[in-house]
Amino acid sequence: MAGQAQAVSKDQLWGGGQSPFGISYGKMMMWYFLVSDALTFGGLLTAYGVIRHGSADLWPVGEQVFESLPMLHGSYPLIYVALMTFILIISSVTMVLAVEAGHRMDKKGVIKWMGYTVVGGFIFLGSQAWEWSHFIHGSGGGFQVSSPLTVSASDDHNQPITMELSGGTWVHMTSDLGHAYEHALEHGDHIEVNNGKLIITPAAHEGHDDHGHDAHAEAHTAAAPQEYPLEIVLNKYTLEHKDLRKLTVTGAEAEKIMKNMASNTLVFGANLQKNEYAVQQQYANFFFFITGFHGFHVLQGVVINLIIFLMAVRGVFERRGHYEMVEKVGLFWHFVDLVWVFVFTFYYLV
Amino acid sequence: MERDDLIVNDSYSLNAKHGEEEGVKIRKKLYMVTAILTIVTVFEIFMGVFFKRNSTFTWETIKLLFIILTLVKAAYIVLIFMHLGDERKNLKYVVLLPYALFILYLIFIGLYEGLSVQELNNTFR
Repeated sequence: MAGQAQAVSKDQLWGGGQSPFGISYGKMMMWYFLVSDALTFGGLLTAYGVIRHGSADLWPVGEQVFESLPMLHGSYPLIYVALMTFILIISSVTMVLAVEAGHRMDKKGVIKWMGYTVVGGFIFLGSQAWEWSHFIHGSGGGFQVSSPLTVSASDDHNQPITMELSGGTWVHMTSDLGHAYEHALEHGDHIEVNNGKLIITPAAHEGHDDHGHDAHAEAHTAAAPQEYPLEIVLNKYTLEHKDLRKLTVTGAEAEKIMKNMASNTLVFGANLQKNEYAVQQQYANFFFFITGFHGFHVLQGVVINLIIFLMAVRGVFERRGHYEMVEKVGLFWHFVDLVWVFVFTFYYLV
Repeated sequence: MERDDLIVNDSYSLNAKHGEEEGVKIRKKLYMVTAILTIVTVFEIFMGVFFKRNSTFTWETIKLLFIILTLVKAAYIVLIFMHLGDERKNLKYVVLLPYALFILYLIFIGLYEGLSVQELNNTFR
């Protein structure tokens, strides 16, 4: 099919009759595509459900895993993902307003609302990128306890409770402690656990600065050791007990756990082999695949919206006499929003 | 190849137009639906944050409520934002019925098999 598309007289289509659905070929095909894509996502979410409910070990809880906001410390369960959902819904609303403006042949309105939709799409993509980055980076890391232990913990009301940890129990470090530990490991610093504290002695710096001169003499001596109070969290991402308290172990009790770290089980964040949130790697696999596949659809939608936005600016649809193209890409954008609503419910909420 | 979005006499796309006053009414409906979707989402987040999973009975109810609310949101998006509610009945059925059939069957298989895997895991692991 080469060259410019031609306007056709309606006697040539459908043998002079009517489309049984009363809509154009392009719109019909967009609906067919959306049904097929919806089946794909339905299949993915069902697979997630099967793996999750078939899992013998505890599955992480959404509001425990996803509780950070960019640049803020503290716990804000599900707030970030709520913001992402809101952004996508609003961009869907701006899209349908663009379609409505198209139905009134209001070129300025179409441009305005399509512009907002594209911006909303980019903001969602950026947010998803931060979510991935934070998931991969982790919140302090976790490890398995190597042999059975009894420790004294406290819940979030500061009530003391004695816990029996069996060998293989997953525990997590709090984010400050874990990040310091991870940083120390990366730098090859000396790590010591004593007096209920983590003591990190930065490795002595050798070597040259950028200009190739020897670093100053002071830099050759090791910097002073830094101390971090030990704080281990039990049940950080999963809920083992009926009353669902997050239990914290500090000081000397935490030291018992740290010294009982099973080798090769320490993991920070998430990668393709291990993740700190769950025993099951499928948790991370599904997170990356479902949100990634959805994010890929958002990217496609944003690119297509941008192209149609530029076409509207250039007056292609004014000349054509209708803004049906805006409607068709609007269908795709709403589908993307719809999938997110389901992913949000089944991955984060339930 | 003939494109029926380019036909100039009596094309479906040209029939979809509406004037200013109708536009105001339609926009009002869209804003109402936006408000509904926002309220439902806020309520779901509220539920997710504040309702704990301690009692099995309550949690099953909460889970069911999540799913029902999500289906409500989906219905609003498909019927009003995607304008499927304004289309002919046969188009609505062609889009929704095969999907509903497949998805219900897939969910049934998924839950049944998943339960079976869980029981096997609990017995033999």
